[in-house]
Amino acid sequence: MLTLLKKSPLSARVGLIIILLNLVTMILAPAIAPYGETEMVGEVWAPMSAEHLMGTDQLGRDLFTRIVYGARNTITIALLITLLSFAVGSLCGFLAATVGGWVDQVISRIVDVVMAFPTLIFALMVLSVAGTSIPVLIAVIAILDATRVYRLSRAVAMDIEVLDFVEVARLRGEGLWWIMRHEILPNAMPPLIAEFGLRFCFVFLFISALSFLGLGIQPPTADWGSMVRENSGAISFGILTPLWPAGAIALLTIGVNLVVDWFLHRSSQIRSQ
Amino acid sequence: METLSAMVTKRIAFGFLTILVISVLIFVGVEALPGDLAEAVLGQNALPQTVEAFRRELKLDLPPHVRYFAWLGDFLRGDFGTSLANGRSIAELIGWRLANTLFLAGMTAIIAVPLAIILGLLAALYQNSWFDRTISIATLSTISFPEFFVAYILIALLSVQLILFPSLSNIHAGMSFFEKLNVIFLPCLTMTLVVVAHMMRMTRAAIINVLTSPFIEMARLKGMSRVRIILHHALPNALSPIINVVVLNLAYLVVGVVVVEVVFVYPGLGQLLVDSVSKRDLPVVQACGLIFAATYVLLNLIADVLSMLSNPKLRQPK
Repeated sequence: MLTLLKKSPLSARVGLIIILLNLVTMILAPAIAPYGETEMVGEVWAPMSAEHLMGTDQLGRDLFTRIVYGARNTITIALLITLLSFAVGSLCGFLAATVGGWVDQVISRIVDVVMAFPTLIFALMVLSVAGTSIPVLIAVIAILDATRVYRLSRAVAMDIEVLDFVEVARLRGEGLWWIMRHEILPNAMPPLIAEFGLRFCFVFLFISALSFLGLGIQPPTADWGSMVRENSGAISFGILTPLWPAGAIALLTIGVNLVVDWFLHRSSQIRSQ
Repeated sequence: METLSAMVTKRIAFGFLTILVISVLIFVGVEALPGDLAEAVLGQNALPQTVEAFRRELKLDLPPHVRYFAWLGDFLRGDFGTSLANGRSIAELIGWRLANTLFLAGMTAIIAVPLAIILGLLAALYQNSWFDRTISIATLSTISFPEFFVAYILIALLSVQLILFPSLSNIHAGMSFFEKLNVIFLPCLTMTLVVVAHMMRMTRAAIINVLTSPFIEMARLKGMSRVRIILHHALPNALSPIINVVVLNLAYLVVGVVVVEVVFVYPGLGQLLVDSVSKRDLPVVQACGLIFAATYVLLNLIADVLSMLSNPKLRQPK
């Protein structure tokens, strides 16, 4: 693992550092943040100072504190959604590939219909009917995302499913679950891990966009997307407050993308050797 | 082997089927609301008689399939019903905003598509040079940025610091064409930056992919210049993926416009959709959603048909 890190290019290291930084902030949020999450401590849109590292927001709350708690709230929800969508998507994908027949047909046609919808419009329509609450938000984005995971894991599993060792396991009389768990999953891991990074970025940007539109995570919970929205009025006075949370979103996305790029590059090199 | 025309017909039929399925889903989605529209609008304290009367007015007493076909028929004739929030005709609300959205998306497409293809060609031509690397890093970062981040950076630079363009795209009917262009400059630039990155990367990848084929090697051995090889041999063969990614990005534009319209308070269809979702004005959401989804499906359909038509392997009868 360490030798692997030593050989990694600069871009991947920068990416890893960004991700680590975010994870540490997320876990240690209450220890790092100087004030409480919704505590009003100063003037409205106060400039940067020693007490307020990034200034204050539209209600006089410390922006640095909000960013730190925002990392915790936004990243946790995005991770939860990505994990859920991978659990559902890859299970359905493997199932479709190993069982085939009508199971494959039914799931694939449902996925086709959901994918024909533009994602943002689909989410907006569901939210307008079901209302904006965190469980609804998690379910909608996870379903949308699971369709993409399904396509990939089905394609990967289709290639593995025809190989000899799966045939051997079948002849040995192993059950469906065993084959998916012990034969297909380990061999499908590398493309799925890279996809996990990309899907996380998508989910993270998507949930930020929804929050920015005022339809995602609701105030007073600190969340990067809603923070951009709440402070957007400042920009016309030349106050750069909304750029902090927006920049935090961009930074994490770039970090994950850099690491995924390196990973994809590496696995394609291994294959061509 | 199917003939090309049979494939195209099949794809078009499938596209229209998809739109039909989507319209059913949009209709059923609103049906799934706990209680119904009448109760949702009038609230829990409404008298049963009032709810009953309102239900009759919304034709909620008819069975669902009758209402679906009535709704779809009205929709195709351009009658979208009335808004629950202010009682105005939805067709009136949508008409002007749809034109605004199409204007914004259209202007962006006119700038972004040629720009992306030229940049992609140049990056492929000078592969691995400093030009190629700079563009590669720049596009990778704009892809990672959320649209509103790009938008606010542009506002901070071009509108607040330099005071070149307005930060609110307040467009109205009395403006001349050039006044309108000035007002939509920033939203247009934001969307251009976002879509150019994607289209340019795909163009570069498609050209480089073709450059590895034997007939390019042959042309190179004949002593042909790089520019001629790329324009006469590589580009025609890379056209299919390029057309595909261009049309897919146009489809993305139609949807991506939603966030950008909200940032710049541009009176378009996306802004209307977001407002209606937060007000839970379901008839308006239905109408906007169906328009967005149908446009998206149609553009995807065009992308598929064009790439079938431009693929030389499919054009030749076997």
